[in-house]
Amino acid sequence: MSLVKMIKYKKNRPYEGGKNMHEWALADSVITSAVDFSKKEKLKKISQVNIVFGELQNIDKEIFLFALKELIKSSNKVISSSKFKILNEPAKFNCKVCATNFNLEQIKKSEAEAEYIHFIPEMAHTYLKCPKCKSPDFDIIAGRGVYIKNIIGDS
Amino acid sequence: MIDPRTSIIKKRFSNIKRIIAVTGWKGGIGKSVTASVLSLILSKKGKSCGLLDLDFTGASDHIILGAKNIFPKEEKGIVPPEVNRIKFMSISFFSDGKAVPLRGNNVTDAIIEMLAITRWGRLDYLIIDMPPGINDTALDVVRLIDKTEILALTIPSVIAKDVLHRSLELYKRLKVPIIGIIKNNLSYLKKTGLHDIPYDDKLEAALGFPDKLLKTKFSRSLENIMSPLLKL
Repeated sequence: MSLVKMIKYKKNRPYEGGKNMHEWALADSVITSAVDFSKKEKLKKISQVNIVFGELQNIDKEIFLFALKELIKSSNKVISSSKFKILNEPAKFNCKVCATNFNLEQIKKSEAEAEYIHFIPEMAHTYLKCPKCKSPDFDIIAGRGVYIKNIIGDS
Repeated sequence: MIDPRTSIIKKRFSNIKRIIAVTGWKGGIGKSVTASVLSLILSKKGKSCGLLDLDFTGASDHIILGAKNIFPKEEKGIVPPEVNRIKFMSISFFSDGKAVPLRGNNVTDAIIEMLAITRWGRLDYLIIDMPPGINDTALDVVRLIDKTEILALTIPSVIAKDVLHRSLELYKRLKVPIIGIIKNNLSYLKKTGLHDIPYDDKLEAALGFPDKLLKTKFSRSLENIMSPLLKL
């Protein structure tokens, strides 16, 4: 299936909790990482995981939370009653050529380009440019993708 | 702050029996053709095989395999599409034929993202096409994929030989097994234990056509070298 066909398919298919979306892989990584953390820190129970969504990757919050809810059913009990809080982090960029700071609203991208960046955020360097000097050589200084801010639990 | 992606990578490779990184320390010495043709040979021999092109700035396996109009399937991650029964993953799916200008830390992030979301399933072999040199990609592969074995490629040049020697020393220090060293293009230095692939003037015309590639002298030589090394 080509990317264009896939975008059309994703728009038209029933929601069903986003069963097949790639957000599931990232949700799976959050649970695995939190369980690993609990073992390392000898936590008996994880009560909350604070997760940051970088604006650039444009993760679907509803699908991600649904995936977390489904995945914890078959995960280690340490995380079975945990809450998951999503915090949004705006994307910020700094041009390495002209030192301009810019954000995502200042840059145009097509639907297909946004989809490529959704899978691999570093593709921003292929499709986005500094709004001032048009260079693709910039730093993503905030809001790249998914990470865990902190994990709260009982030891 | 915790990066959750690295914790899932081990699981992504848990059902792969052998992972072979085709590497060399100079550009343009045939790493991509070797990695692609080796995947075709393994697939021809009935092995389930994946090919991962990690040469982000110079991805070319899709051209060598003639992979057109395919894209990974989104299924709780991304599932690589198949080319000649080879599960194939490359940055080229996401770059739309455009340049991928990545600095070192971006390369690392892109590799981690790709390794975290790609669902290979069960494989006998995963072949990784590495970029030239010991750089961020090489160190990341060694750090993130603990089953990696090295298949080294070199050419008959004093420059390549010197770099090869230094690089092999480093891989030994990193405790990464080296399964073989292949010398592309010429047929001397046999006494050094290197395996030779003779020059093949028909190879260029076969690029992009897997069936033709398998009939080249290059492919037959590679198969003769790899069969005993991998006990095929």
